[in-house]
Amino acid sequence: MVVTVRLFATLREGRDKVIQLELDSGSTPGDVIDQLGISQKDVAILLVNGRDGQMDQVLSSQDTVSLFPPVGGG
Amino acid sequence: MQVKTTKENGMNDERYIRNERMLSPEENRQLRSFRVAVVGCGGLGGYLIEMLARLGIGHLTVIDADVFEASNLNRQLFSLPGNLGEPKAHEAGRRVKLINPDISCTVVQQRLNTENAGDILAGHDVICDALDNVSSRRAVEASASRLGIPMVFAAIAGWYAQVGTVMPGQQLMNKIYPEEVEKGAEKHLGNPSFTPALAASLQVAETLKVLLGKEGVLRNKLLMINTLDHEYQVIDI
Repeated sequence: MVVTVRLFATLREGRDKVIQLELDSGSTPGDVIDQLGISQKDVAILLVNGRDGQMDQVLSSQDTVSLFPPVGGG
Repeated sequence: MQVKTTKENGMNDERYIRNERMLSPEENRQLRSFRVAVVGCGGLGGYLIEMLARLGIGHLTVIDADVFEASNLNRQLFSLPGNLGEPKAHEAGRRVKLINPDISCTVVQQRLNTENAGDILAGHDVICDALDNVSSRRAVEASASRLGIPMVFAAIAGWYAQVGTVMPGQQLMNKIYPEEVEKGAEKHLGNPSFTPALAASLQVAETLKVLLGKEGVLRNKLLMINTLDHEYQVIDI
């Protein structure tokens, strides 16, 4: 199956903004970040199809996964 | 040149004249009755305090334990070569007096934590989170919720910023910060002059809307700002 991954802010460094990934069925956002070489602690906000998502939820074909890094400065 | 005042309400007529079309006269008067706490007097906090004082928010409590350092000069509005080493909260209080003698200001030179936040933040109408570390943000959010006070949040990192409003009973921090994280992307990106100014402006707009009960507050939402690619989006959170 194919999912679309949208990366934001610093997660784009060295990567594209939007990536199409071919994944095995049953794959999760956790598998997506592993495949992209992103550490789990660098992902603060995870959206699946624009809604709050979980690292272990099973994705469906055509889903869009959006990943944002933590931003904490003042 | 003297600023004209009206005897009926003691307000400076001319000072607020440019606010009087976008807000009603009654809303403008109301601003003098509100109390807003600004937690952090650095990048975000400096701009927040400047703008809230110029709006004429009646009472500001400005909170920061730190002193100005040379590395603050690139972005922190109240930092100057001549006041390095001075407490940020004191300099903020001094600035408020210079900007607007109509309003009062309490200076708190302490670091907020779970023990003292309740006492310091009680009695405010809105709390502006201008902090730079996640554990203090969590403590302020928990206290704000216990006290029933809305909290207007912003965080910055390089080209990027986030802004949202947390109403009592809601939680934002545990949705946007992984448990073990204390700093975000700002740790390696740093912060320039314009991102805090932009995010603080949006916080002031949020604060004003919350105070006056206006629509369009970023409640259960987060505005994600990317000034590098000029992408601005509101996500449900």
